[in-house]
This record gives sequence, C-alpha cells and structure tokens, in this order.
Amino acid sequence: MKVFVEGVGIVGPGLNGWQASQPVLAGAAPYIDASVVIPPGDLLPPAERRRTGLPVKVSLAVGLEAIANAQRNAAELPAIFASSAGDGENMHCIFEMLANNGREVSPTRFHNSVHNAPSGYWSIATKSMEPSTSLACYDESFVAGLIEAATQTLASGNAVVLIAYDATYPLPLHAARPISATFGVALVLAGNKTNRSLAELEIGISRKSNASTSVANAELEAMRIGTPAARSLPLLAALAALSSEKTRTQDRIYFDYIAGNQLDVVVRPC
Amino acid sequence: MQPLRLSAFTLASPLGAGVPATLDALLKGRSGLQRCDFLDVDLDTYVGRVSGLEDLPVRADLAAYDCRNNRLAQLGLAQDNFTEAVAAARQRYGRERIGVFLGTSTSGILDTELAYRHRDPKTGALPESFNYAGSHSCYSVADFVQRVLDLAGPAMVVSTACSSSAKVFGSAARMIQAGLCDAAIVGGVDSLCLTTLYGFNSLGLVSSRPCRPFDTERDGISIGEAAGFVLLEKTSALMNSPLAVPDAVMLLGVGESSDAYHMSSPHPEGAGARLAIQAALQAAGLTPGDIDYINLHGTGTKANDAAEDKAVFSTFGGNTPCSSTKGATGHLLGAAGVTEAIISALCIQHGFMPGGLNTEHIDPTLKSAYLLKNKQQTLNFVLSNSLGFGGSNCSLVFGRMLKRAER
Repeated sequence: MKVFVEGVGIVGPGLNGWQASQPVLAGAAPYIDASVVIPPGDLLPPAERRRTGLPVKVSLAVGLEAIANAQRNAAELPAIFASSAGDGENMHCIFEMLANNGREVSPTRFHNSVHNAPSGYWSIATKSMEPSTSLACYDESFVAGLIEAATQTLASGNAVVLIAYDATYPLPLHAARPISATFGVALVLAGNKTNRSLAELEIGISRKSNASTSVANAELEAMRIGTPAARSLPLLAALAALSSEKTRTQDRIYFDYIAGNQLDVVVRPC
Repeated sequence: MQPLRLSAFTLASPLGAGVPATLDALLKGRSGLQRCDFLDVDLDTYVGRVSGLEDLPVRADLAAYDCRNNRLAQLGLAQDNFTEAVAAARQRYGRERIGVFLGTSTSGILDTELAYRHRDPKTGALPESFNYAGSHSCYSVADFVQRVLDLAGPAMVVSTACSSSAKVFGSAARMIQAGLCDAAIVGGVDSLCLTTLYGFNSLGLVSSRPCRPFDTERDGISIGEAAGFVLLEKTSALMNSPLAVPDAVMLLGVGESSDAYHMSSPHPEGAGARLAIQAALQAAGLTPGDIDYINLHGTGTKANDAAEDKAVFSTFGGNTPCSSTKGATGHLLGAAGVTEAIISALCIQHGFMPGGLNTEHIDPTLKSAYLLKNKQQTLNFVLSNSLGFGGSNCSLVFGRMLKRAER
C-alpha cells in the first residue's frame, strides 16, 4: 500500500507540537523530558470541554495540529482513533463507584467510558459527520491504526486523519498495565501525491524477520517501548530526518505487529 | 463495493447457542429476556443473559484469557460447525491470509470490576490473579479468537460502542480490497458487566420491563450479551469452485457516519443515521425501493427510536417493513451489529421478517412501517442499522448475489 503523509501532530513528554519536536526527533536538538502540555483551542464548547479527560484533550490537540499542518478541513476527513488503553483515569473512578455501596455511576463518567469517547468529542468539536472508527490492538494499536487508515484512504479516495493516543493509568491499574507516558500522534494521510504531500509511505505486512526499529535517544526509546502510541516514534523520527536532511532518499522502518508478523514501512521524501 | 460472501456464521445469544436455536426463537416469537439475576445486581430490570458461562472456562492452553467475555466468544465459536468452516478456509488461503476483526464495548472489564472489590486494604493493589491483557484489554477478544482459530493475519478490535460489530464489516471489506487478506472473521462479543448496567441506569435508559421498541410507552433498553461471528470471503475466489453457492447471502454495502451532535443522545432528526443508510445503499448500488426489510437498531429508548424513525422514514417512506429484534435479544451493545447481521442473513435464507416483540401500541408519532407479527415473504435485500454512543452510525446491506446481478 502506498499513502502520502500531509501533516503531523504530536503531544508527549517534552514533545510539544510537530514544529518544535522535529529537530529533537531528527537528533539535531537535545531531548528534554518535561510534563505533557496540551495546547489550548480544541474547538469544543466549554460545557463539553469540562467533561473531557486527558485522552480526549490529547487526541483533539494532535488531530487538529496535523490537519492545520496539512491545510485541510477537519469536517471533511474521516477519522481513525487508535488506542490500547482508553481513559484509565475515568475507568478507575467508575470501578471505585461500583465497588462502593450504592454503585452510583456518574452519567458523564459512563458516557466517557466508551473507547470511542475521543471520536465522539472530535466529531462534535469539528462538526464532522464523516465516518470515524476507534480501534485497539494492545501494544500494536498504532500499527493497527496505520493499517486501518491506509486501507480507508485507498478505499475511499479521501484523505483521512489517524489519531493514536494513550494515557498513563492510575494505580492500581497502572501496576497491571504500566503505560509509561501520555502520548498522542496524528497523521493526515492521502492516497494520492499532491503539493501537500510531505512523504510517501509504502506499507506492507510480512512474517517477522527483522527486529523492530528503535530510536537513538535512550529516553525516547524507553517511551517507545513503554507506550503503545509512542511506537510511532521511529516513523516520526524518519519524517523529521527527511525534512531536515535533503540528501536522504529513504528510510525503512520495521514495526512489531501481531501473530508473528511485522509491518514494513518505507519512507520516501516527496 | 465488491460483494463479500457470508460463507459461514454462528452466534450465541439470549435466544440460545447456535443458528437453529436462534431461528426457532425468531420464528416462534420467543424472547430471551428474563428478570435480572446477574451477580448481585440490584436493579429493577430485565437482561438477556447467556446461561452457563459460569461453568465454561476457556480451554486450558488459553487460560490466560479466561473471563466472561472470552468464555462467551468460545461458546459462540463452538456452534454451527464454524471452526470447521474456518479450518477449510485456512486450507484454502493460509493462516496468514485470514483477518480477525471484532467489536466489543466492554471487553472483559467485569474481571476488573470484581477485582476492585478485593483490593489490598493497605496498598490498594488489585489481587495477583487479575490479568489485564487477557480480560480488561480492549483487544483481548480478538487476540483470543485469533488463537482459538489458529489464524495469523491482521487483527484488531473496533470499539465504537453499539455500532462496533457492524463497523468491523467495513474494516474487513477494506482489508480484503487492499489485498492484506483473502478472507476475514468478523463479529462481536459483549458480555454483561456492572459498568453498562449501572451506567445506562444512571442515564435513565434502562427499562424495568422487557424493552418495547417503537411502543408509545417505551421507556428504555434491556441489556443483553452475545457472541457472533461471520466468515467473509471474496466471491471471485469461489465462483468457479465446488464451493460456489449461487444463492448465498452476500454483504453488499457498508455505510458509516458520525452524528457530530452529542455523546449519549442521537441527533434528533436522525441526520447521522440517514447518512449511514444512504452510504450503505450507494455502496451496494441499490435504491431505497430495493430494500425488502429493515432490521432497525430500535433500542426502545424514547430518543433513539424517534431519531431512527426519522432517518428511516425520510429515506424509505412509510411502506418498507421494519422491526427491531431487541425485544427478543435485548440490546447486545458491541455484539448487536453482528447479531442483527446474522438475523438479517437468516431472514433472507428463510424468507421471513421477524415481528418486534413486547411492543403493544406503536407510537403514532413514528411513521415507519413497524412490524408486530412475523411475516413470511421472499427477501432479496435487507438493511441493518447500528447506532451508538458518540454518534457512531453504521448501516449494512445484505442480499442475494444473483438478485444483485439482475439489478
């Protein structure tokens, strides 16, 4: 499958937007660990914003950033949300309510508990009535999202936005599922090369024969291993390197995938 | 879209385990709803519970996946010679060439709910026996099913609340179209848990009686649980083989949309549902007049049925027969889409339209042609709606291959 990247959005510890993160990911500037900062301006009405948790805020921020970078209209793009974890903080609160006498579950907590809560808030914020899906594939959720996004844009001929996110779980869930960082990434993908295209991705699934591609910086590598959405980091590093080193012709990235498979992505400049 | 054949299907629901039990219940108008006796739930409601799961652990080599949701998946897979059909497909295509795309809304979180009752009083830790990846994890059921069926192709879980196991049909069609697999297991599994029972109750959406879709007095849903699976295959690979079945039921169209309106209330005019219906018809190359019967989402809440009725009436007018089978099964949430897809296929195969159960007086403000009694009739094309929280809509069109070729 061949698709074209038109825009990127990113939020993570020490990673504040695509423009600021590119030199860090390309190895031209040092990585400095810092708390996650969510940029303002998510388009949600205030009453809705008050009800949202961190995963919604992260996914809206990266999605809108990628679409702005691609100079696209969010209302026209199908959206694919990929997350291993959903909103652990919200689920923790529900589980505590259910373990107590009375079992009074808050209606807002309940409607926020669905895995597609970010998708629902996204469509409200962007007024997009386009299809939107929300999927999960444990540690390989970003890879599954990339596959779904590529097949959607190829099937429909429309550009799509892929939004992958995960947020750390609170204790005691964290002990059972130790996601290491809150991280979000978005890619606007299209099936055709246009003047918006930043890079070409040639994507294929094959039986596993290569180790997954790592990132050079040790702290970012720990984030990649510990956070499903951050499995995207080698791809983001390749995109950053391609835009800073004009002589580079291509990068090849291997992602671990499920059931003894790997995802093989060749990244070429446009 | 390229039609895909439903080569095999199976389900376990409140109507019973397997297609024969399901068909028998539908033809006799038997409901699977019963007064809620699930665990220590103290709500005044009815549920569609699949009996016996408590005594059916998952097979020993996959014990790490043991939870109510995966037990229900295992029960579903064991019916209707489904695993044999998948084994034959594995021979035809290879285990790497068959995908697994399943819907669920709550996965195995019942285990987490119960683990929170047994936290360490000093540290707050969950019991050591709690296994996140095999139960709570949203992906758990697809991982489990892929292992049970000995497959090694692409897999994922789609979790878009009540449209989950309808949307997997779209994902599978795109995966096959892109050449990433030749066939796919699609389906959904959702099992009773406290979060959905108490959560829907907190929204005032749980009825104290068996749900009555489209009734004047309708006052909410009855929650159920089910597992359903379909083997989808390309027709081109089958056309000239001994496996060719000229009158097989096909997936002809998938349409998806978002409401962009509210997290837990449908768009009051059914605008999102209408878009999904129209997209499904367009993908199938059919017009509204071609559809013989509509299996509605029809949950039995005031707002859902009113919105869906507007979407259906504005597209089809008031003559196309339609009904909801949730009076029989309850609302199966993440398994609703595939269960109703299988019911739609049974309606086509056996030439009948199921009347909606429990409904006594059809709400006069709803204009669609809602059926209260079973009706025998040859059906060529059936539409099934699935509409979920977050404004996630999906419509599917099923039909006979030969009839479509005549269009």
